[in-house]
Order: sequence, then structure tokens, then C-alpha cells
Amino acid sequence: MGYYHYYSVLSYPSFIFFLIWIYVLYTGTDWYELFNVGRFLEESSPHMWAMVGIGLCIGLSVLGAGWGIFVTGSSILGGGVRAPRIRTKNLISIIFCEVVAIYGVIMAIVFSSKLGDYVPESELYERSNYYTGFAIFWGGLTVGICNLLCGISVGVTGSNAALADAADPNLFVKILIIEVFGSIMGLFGLIVGLLMTGKAEEFRSATQLMSHTIQI
Amino acid sequence: MEALFFNVASGFLEGIVRGYKSGLLTQAQYTNLTQCETLEDFRMQLSATDYGNFLANEPLPISTATISEKATQILVDQFTYMRNNAVEPLSKFFDYMTYAYMIDNVILIITGTLHERDTHELLERCHPLGVFDTMPALCVATNVEELYQSVLVETPLAPYFRDCLSASDLDDLNIEIIRNTLYKAYLEDFHQFCLSLGGPTAEVMNEILSFEADRRTINITINSYKTELPKDQRAKLFPAFGHLFPEGNNVLAKADELEQVRQVCENVSEYRAFFDTTSGAGRSNGEQHDDEGETLESLLETRFFGQEVHLNKLAFLQQFQYGVFYSYVKLKEQEIRNLTWIAECIAQDAKERIHDIIPIF
Repeated sequence: MGYYHYYSVLSYPSFIFFLIWIYVLYTGTDWYELFNVGRFLEESSPHMWAMVGIGLCIGLSVLGAGWGIFVTGSSILGGGVRAPRIRTKNLISIIFCEVVAIYGVIMAIVFSSKLGDYVPESELYERSNYYTGFAIFWGGLTVGICNLLCGISVGVTGSNAALADAADPNLFVKILIIEVFGSIMGLFGLIVGLLMTGKAEEFRSATQLMSHTIQI
Repeated sequence: MEALFFNVASGFLEGIVRGYKSGLLTQAQYTNLTQCETLEDFRMQLSATDYGNFLANEPLPISTATISEKATQILVDQFTYMRNNAVEPLSKFFDYMTYAYMIDNVILIITGTLHERDTHELLERCHPLGVFDTMPALCVATNVEELYQSVLVETPLAPYFRDCLSASDLDDLNIEIIRNTLYKAYLEDFHQFCLSLGGPTAEVMNEILSFEADRRTINITINSYKTELPKDQRAKLFPAFGHLFPEGNNVLAKADELEQVRQVCENVSEYRAFFDTTSGAGRSNGEQHDDEGETLESLLETRFFGQEVHLNKLAFLQQFQYGVFYSYVKLKEQEIRNLTWIAECIAQDAKERIHDIIPIF
């Protein structure tokens, strides 16, 4: 309802941001010192990137799953009033949505295993640690967004499935197949997320890294 | 976008209304009903459907009026249930649906008062969906000004009434003009509201309401060229949207005979078949059109109903929109008309016309 509303909410701030960005980029005034992307990336802690990545991973996944469950659930409730037989069958749709949240949990656990021991700040800023931080951040974001969209898609299809099943029991299996395809997309995100962080090592202090290199 | 947010407020009700819809009578059930010999059998057959034993407590010689009344009561109960569970903007949408019945009720009471009928009898005959608190007070009004000032200014119909205030006194022609002006204002307002909702609701409701507007336009034209209604006034009664709007409406405003109406409808592909007398497309009515002018008009009515049912069925093909609520009520009304027709045919032993119903599914 009201596409214009969404457009105006999104477009004006991004347009203003774009103008500022262009200005900063091309004039090279003192403003440039306000926000220097390269320095920001260098000076922010890799720990922070990793944590935010893990948070986004589980957070967006759960958001997607929850969203899907309420879209499906309200339709099952409504459709189940006249056709109570749909309620058990259509729990499958709810489970498909729930699986999306489980993907998020699994990936968050995998990512957090890379956090390792505490590394003091003076020994944190190393190439390997930067890599781990950014890999987990972007990996977490990938998994999170994939699961968010997957959860919504499964939820909407699940809602269709519930209402179609209530009207005609033959349709359930057919729509369920479509739903399965939707839920596979979350799995893609999971696999890609795993690959993205596969090469990343645990956070280690500079001295540990030094001795590691010497041993090799 | 609708898929994301629609179910927050209306997902449950959509499920409910689709459940109600699967309770509509099917072709096979209609066939069973038309086989009945007496109204007793008829009641028995109905008890096997979603109607259940809604006639169980009625004294035995069941009149067709009772059947119609009880069936309407079921519809009203379902409507009230949904209306009570709805939140904005769906609740507003439901309110808009009741305005049409309110207009009918207002007109019914004014006409009744004009002909000095009994007030209580009139109030009983009102459609229960269009009942509002100050309705009994309508009976005292003697002219339009008074009607507006004393009663209608409090009701949701007040904004629609503004255009009618020019009509000075209440006589039969004026009442008919008031009804059509009100209905035009209502349809335009409802259409505007649906468009403001956007998305699939606007798409689906636009189709249905456009047809409704065109149907009114055509009906007004056909019914008015034999009366003394001036042509500029006729043009004012046409709703300002629909497939025929604007150029079709302009031609219809000046039309003097059925042939002109037919030519206008030729331009809209959906309406072309309405005036088609050669193919005998009016289902069982095929053999009846020897006196063309008269039968075509009655045939039109049936075809309009058929088209309405068709459009309302299409509304159920899209999820996450409000059109289903409107369509369900319209389909249910058609079903009640069908039931009443069948019951009437059984009661009067007129079996040859029993198939003149419009089956829904």
C-alpha cells in the first residue's frame, strides 16, 4: 500500500547522502577529514566487524523466519476455521520458516568459533585479523540477507499453500514443491557464507602470528 | 509489498472469508436442489450444505420469504463477525460496503412514507446490513431539506446527500433521482477510496466497481428515455468512472433508443456480448426473443448478473487484497437470490423456469 511512501522514505535521505559524498570526493576540502573511508576501515577493530557480522547473521535470519511464520500463521489460523484439517499439514510451512532461523544459528556458531581468545588492542591490527574481521562481517551479512528474503518468500508461499489447501486439498503438494524451492535459497546463502569465511583464521595477537610464521 | 504487511492485520480475516467462500453452493448442489418436489425436500437438501439446519425451528409451511430472510441473516452474521474483527483500513472498507444498503433503506423508507405505508412494516423490510440508528426518524420527513437536516446529517451518507438538496419536494421521480445521485456519489467515493489503498486491492476493485458503474449508466439510460427526465439531468446521474467513461457516457446521455446503447457497448469488448441476440447466448432464454425490445432488456439484467458473478469470482484469484470481502458478499447475495428463485419455483410449481438461476461455482 502506497509505494510512493516507501520511495520518499528511501529516496530523499539517500539522495542527500549521495550529494554529500560527491562533494566530499571531488572538492577534497577539509570535509574529507571528517570521514575517510580507508582510515575508518583501518582503524576500526576487526573484533567489531566480526561481532557485527555475527549479529547481523543471526538477527536478519530470525527476522526473516519470524516474518515468514506470522504471514503463514495468520493464514493458517483463518483458513483453519472452516477446514480444520489444514492445521497439521501446514505446520510444514512453519517448519520451513523455522529452518531459516536455524541456518542463521548454525552460521552464527560457525562464525563465533573464529573469534578465538582475547587479543589486546596493541597487537590486534594485523593483516590476518583484518581479513577475519571483514570476512565474518560480509559473510554474516550475506547469510543474514539471504535468510531474510528466504524466510519472507517461504512465508508468503506458505500462506498461499494454507489457503489453497483449505479450498482444495489436491493443491497442497503442488504448492509445497514451490515452497521447497523457496527454502533452498536460504541454503545457498549458508553455503556461500561458509565458503567466504573458510580461509579466515582465528583472531591472533601479533606475537602469536610472528611465531607461527617462523615455525613454517 | 502487500504480501509483506497484509497479513499483519487482515490475514486471519482473509482466511475466514475464503473459508466462507468454499461454503458457497456448487453446481451439483444446485442440481440436487432443483430436483426437489416440495419445500420440505428443499430444506432437507440445504441441511447437507453449509447452511446447516438454519430452517430447523421454522413452523412447517415454510414461505419463500422466510428462506430468503434466514439466508440473509446468515450473511449478515458473517459480515458482522468480519466487520467486528477488522481494523483500519479494512473496517472502513466494510463500512463502505454497508453504505449501498443504507442508500436502499433510506429510499425505501422515503418511498413508503410517501405512499403512507406502516412505519414498522417498512423498517422490517429494510436490509439488515444497512441499518443505522436514526433510521426510524426518516419517516417524518416531508421534503429533502428537512430530511437532510434532521436525519442524514449524522449518518455517513451526509456527504453524498449534498448534491440532492436542489430537488425541492419528494415525489416519485425526485426520489428516483435522489437514489441515483446518492448511488453515483457513493460509487465514486468508494472507487476513490479503493484506489487510495493501492496495490492489488485497487486493481481488483477497479474492475468490479467499473462494471458496477457502467451497469448503472446503462440501466439509467434504458429506463429513462421513456420518461420526461431531461437529458442534462440524466447525464448528472452517471458515475464518473468505468469503462464507458467519458465518451461512452456522453453518447449515452443523449441516447434515445436501445440501438444507440448497443453501439456504445460495442466499444468495450467485455460488454459486446450483452446485446448479442443472434447467438441465443442467454443460456436457456435463447428461444424467447421474438419481441426483441422487451426481451433484450430482461435478458440484459440476467447477463449483467452473470458478468457480475464472473468478475467477483475473478477477485478470488488474487491474495492479499480486500476485493475478496466485497466479492464474497456479492456472491452470497446472488446465491440467496438463486435459492429464493428455486424455492419460489418449487412453491408455485413452475418447474420449467427453475433453471433460470446463475450458478456460481
